[in-house]
Amino acid sequence: MSEKRQGYPSDRKYTREHEWVRLEGGVGIIGITEYAQSELGDVVFVDLPEKGRALAAGEELGTIESVKAVSEIYAPVSGEVVEVNEALRDHPEKVNGDPYGDGWLVKVRVGDRPEVDGLLSSEAYRSHVEEGE
Amino acid sequence: MTGLRKTPLNDAIRRLGARLVDFAGWEMPVQFQSVIEEHLAVRARAGLFDVSHMGEIEITGTEALALLQHLTPNDVASLAPGQAQYSALLTPQATFVDDVLIYRLEPERFLLCVNSSNTAKDFSYVRASAARLRADVADVSDAYAQLALQGPLAGAILARVTGAEVGAIRSYHFVEAEVAGARAILSRTGYTGEDGFEIYLPPGRAETVWNVLLEAGKGEGIAPCGLGARDTLRLEARLPLYGNDIDETVTPLEAGLGFMVKFAKGEFLGSAILREQHERGVTKRLIGFEMTGRGIARHGYPLRVEGRESGSVTSGSYAPFLKKNIGLGYAPAGSARIGQRIEVVIRDAAVPGIIVKTPFYKRRA
Repeated sequence: MSEKRQGYPSDRKYTREHEWVRLEGGVGIIGITEYAQSELGDVVFVDLPEKGRALAAGEELGTIESVKAVSEIYAPVSGEVVEVNEALRDHPEKVNGDPYGDGWLVKVRVGDRPEVDGLLSSEAYRSHVEEGE
Repeated sequence: MTGLRKTPLNDAIRRLGARLVDFAGWEMPVQFQSVIEEHLAVRARAGLFDVSHMGEIEITGTEALALLQHLTPNDVASLAPGQAQYSALLTPQATFVDDVLIYRLEPERFLLCVNSSNTAKDFSYVRASAARLRADVADVSDAYAQLALQGPLAGAILARVTGAEVGAIRSYHFVEAEVAGARAILSRTGYTGEDGFEIYLPPGRAETVWNVLLEAGKGEGIAPCGLGARDTLRLEARLPLYGNDIDETVTPLEAGLGFMVKFAKGEFLGSAILREQHERGVTKRLIGFEMTGRGIARHGYPLRVEGRESGSVTSGSYAPFLKKNIGLGYAPAGSARIGQRIEVVIRDAAVPGIIVKTPFYKRRA
């Protein structure tokens, strides 16, 4: 596995449902983890919210479909959607190829910083995945 | 996954890193690397599937033919030894107990290949029907492992590991021959829309033959394939899946499988109902559709035709070769026209699609 696709980068926080969020100033970038994409298999469709939508933490943000399955994606944090990864419309496979980079899903203006602090660290997420297997 | 049945290839498949799932009580590979890559390997080169979970039922005796003529709509008498036929076990209502492949091994000896989830049901059904006939029915599923070698290069790869004249086996014909030292039935049949072979062999030899075939096809880029690709391949080729597209509620004429119904052979189970459907027309028909809006139709999603709910999607997926989202489902016969607009309800949104000609994919002859 390349460095870029390592399972648990430490510059972000994780949910037990295998989403990640990385803060850049007041904006949170959201995606799914390496583990999640590998469990899903070939991603062929990504359904994301409209720009401007207000999301509550834990709310369904969209869906990711692989050849065989449909998975709901939940917002790790509350906030307004300020950008959607439009490239995924034509190239949903980016989620498989680079889940921590080009395969990001949405950016939200983070409303509540302490919410982020409540998420799993990379170490805690690693334990969560490894215990689950 | 405990308590699941394992095929003789379980160890070999695990070593290849397959992702395993519970499929009808069997631990089976859903994919090795990627469903899309496996799908495309079969369309362009060759793929090897473990389908040892499939059931086999042997029927022998002087009235074996009469029994099969009664239970199935196709004309079994037209089969010479060495020929195979796609058919169905029908209920008295002319609906599907199962869809089956019938092999005529000898004049009075037949082998049925049946769906794994239906093996016990089919066996009881055939055996009960044989009660007053001079025919013996045996569930011989444990005597066979089954591999499916599929794709345009399947014949060339198989020819390297058998003394049989592979090129001389015509479609829906089979020979009994040695493959990598194992006695096997080599049948030019399959479930992918490609040329290919189904290989029945003793379970103890399955792993050797599996490895030998993968080695023989290495240069051509043969791929071990899982049930994920098997499903997308069969859907593109519009081959029905029991439990999704066909079951005990639909007849072969409704499912678009009229080619397996041979009225000329005389009476058989459900023949009066089928004859009436044939004369008056069916009320519903299995249609194939392409999504024109964004979204993937999945089994069970509501299907609307001319604004009215007409049932649900029976099979739906992204089609890796066609790069489209396609599906099957039942529509009122009057609306089942090519070009007819439909809608699939995906997570509360009605997403448009259009009825298209099937098979979605047809290989070049």
